[in-house]
Amino acid sequence: MKSQSLLTSIHPATVPDSLASHERAEIDASTRGPVLLFFGCSVFWLLVGSLLGLVAAWKMTHPGLLDSMAWLTFGRIRPAHLNVVVYGWAFQAGIGVALWLMARLCRIPLLHAKLLVSATLFWNLGVLIGVLGILAGDSRSVEWLELPGYATPILFLAYACIGVWAVIMFRYRRPGHVYVSQWYLLAAFLWFPWLYATANILLIWQPVQGSAQGAVNWWFARNVLGLWLTPIGLASAFYMIPKVLGRPIHSYYLSLLGFWALALFYSWNGMHHLIGGPFPAWMISASVVASILMIIPVITVAINHHMTMKGHFEALKWSPTLRFTVFGAMAYTVVSLQGCLMAIPSLNTITHFTDYTIGHAHLGLYGFFSMMMFGAIYYIVPRLVGWEWPSATMIRWHFWLAATGVLLMVGALTIGGLLQGLALYDPKVSFQSSLDFATPFRWVRGISGFLLLAGHLVFACLFVQMLLKIGHRRTGPALFTESKTEAASL
Amino acid sequence: MNKLPLFVIGVLCTFAFSWLGLVVYPFVKLGHLEPVPDEETGGYFPPTLSGAAVAGQQVYAANGCIYCHSQQVRPASLSTDIAKEVGPRRTVARDYLRERTVFLGTMRTGPDLANVGLRKTDPNWLHRHLYEPRSVTPWSIMPSYRYLYKMQKIQGQPSANALRELSGRHAPEPGYEVVPTDDANALVAYLLSLKRNYPLPEAPLPAAK
Repeated sequence: MKSQSLLTSIHPATVPDSLASHERAEIDASTRGPVLLFFGCSVFWLLVGSLLGLVAAWKMTHPGLLDSMAWLTFGRIRPAHLNVVVYGWAFQAGIGVALWLMARLCRIPLLHAKLLVSATLFWNLGVLIGVLGILAGDSRSVEWLELPGYATPILFLAYACIGVWAVIMFRYRRPGHVYVSQWYLLAAFLWFPWLYATANILLIWQPVQGSAQGAVNWWFARNVLGLWLTPIGLASAFYMIPKVLGRPIHSYYLSLLGFWALALFYSWNGMHHLIGGPFPAWMISASVVASILMIIPVITVAINHHMTMKGHFEALKWSPTLRFTVFGAMAYTVVSLQGCLMAIPSLNTITHFTDYTIGHAHLGLYGFFSMMMFGAIYYIVPRLVGWEWPSATMIRWHFWLAATGVLLMVGALTIGGLLQGLALYDPKVSFQSSLDFATPFRWVRGISGFLLLAGHLVFACLFVQMLLKIGHRRTGPALFTESKTEAASL
Repeated sequence: MNKLPLFVIGVLCTFAFSWLGLVVYPFVKLGHLEPVPDEETGGYFPPTLSGAAVAGQQVYAANGCIYCHSQQVRPASLSTDIAKEVGPRRTVARDYLRERTVFLGTMRTGPDLANVGLRKTDPNWLHRHLYEPRSVTPWSIMPSYRYLYKMQKIQGQPSANALRELSGRHAPEPGYEVVPTDDANALVAYLLSLKRNYPLPEAPLPAAK
């Protein structure tokens, strides 16, 4: 191994891990308790979050729906939906995947799993108290930070236990290659506490004066997505694609470039949510430039994934993990390029303040991140419980319900949002028209919510069967086409 | 990768760069603005808020008004906000220095509220709108905030603060009246206070035509 020069010393390896099967089994077994607990809780919150989102969506077309009680009003259900899917589902699924990847890639068993289990319980307690607080009316209405000030310290403590674990695991990894996924994970685990502490102190506990709040707010909200969820999603893709195909990642030079460009540019993106807002022009300009420069990390990652997949796309026919992961990777490319365009001020003036942004957010958090997590969970859980997914048909149903649901939702909100935005832009058009244009598309969005909820029920049903080891017992992994075998079914 | 410290330093430095630019800079530069004295009246711009209006901010936050209503007027160079009469001038950082939580907002599912106090000056209209939006604006999709009001039997004389002009199916039964709770009164006081029509050195009002 050429580890003399600085550059080679920080090269990530191109192959995820090469462990003997007994070592792999030992490592997987050590992660079983906490990882399954994270997944189980995340699936629970996914169902709660889908239901809240569905109610919020139908309230937009039926304002009289469930409007007699304060805790069911749109202005509380909507932030409850966001916080449940972000902190309940996405965070916990992400942490579960991240810990499992970390243990496998560091090639060491997870020690003292019981401490992690207690951290999980604390995290869920924090989410539960926080969401009840939002419904009770204790939110400050700071987007992405609606969980009241009495819930966030619980979350922070729980996170501290989890994050320290990941860093310690990395510190005591077995000598040898460091894989690109580990970069993303280690960086995410270091960035998040800084991000969360800053935002909570300056916005909730000791609110800073005036419009500085807006800057801190969107610096936080953008980076939770960009520097916490995105690295975990990409780490998973960088692991799963080569693993399922049984071939190395295309280029580590591109991995290197993609990682550092993401770190440098994504962190500056936040102000593109505030174009025209009460801030010095240079802050907005810096974010617009950084948002457009995001093309670099996005394209490098896309090329890297595409070249790894090249010639092997038929694997999408049989591998559930790969199908979800590749859908997520493609959504990542599309949503990021869409984000670059939306930051251009002349386009932003149309799309700002409209449903278009909501569609964009769902393409990112669902089309990219959630699909990535589904793919990873389909890969990881059989290796933890020693039982294969009982029904390939149900996985197929889950995939198509989720994929059509999210595409329908994003498509409807994109077109509806553009019409709404054009109406809001034109001084000759009344405000009422902006509602009239958006309404039919909001109906379609409401319907897509049923598809997503149905998909999540199928997924939850499969997950429970796995935990209880019930259902059809199979000898090989659950694949869409039975004739193939998963190349690296290890 | 035996240069782990280098990696960690790189990761933390890239992040610190944005933290300095988008957190520390606004904290120092925008977080300590002062109101501007108004020489004509001896008051200040932006004007001080009444206690009820301050309480109303909390009601605004608790019920999530922000998820449909923005509070910012973008400059004419970047938008048509001023042509659409969202406000007489763009909003600037100093406009928000009295807000405990700044409700800039990211959606205009409903109209912008940065200057709602200029457009709506009648508290009874705002109460009727909050109580049953479609009784005053038939096409509105705003939810009703009936839970901020009390339906009560009229004891002797009708209450002075009871909602007037409620009609149709939203009207109370004979002998009953709808009165706002403290929260509803605070929210309306806050909405009436939202007027960004005073001049600031960095955002003068356009010359009268």
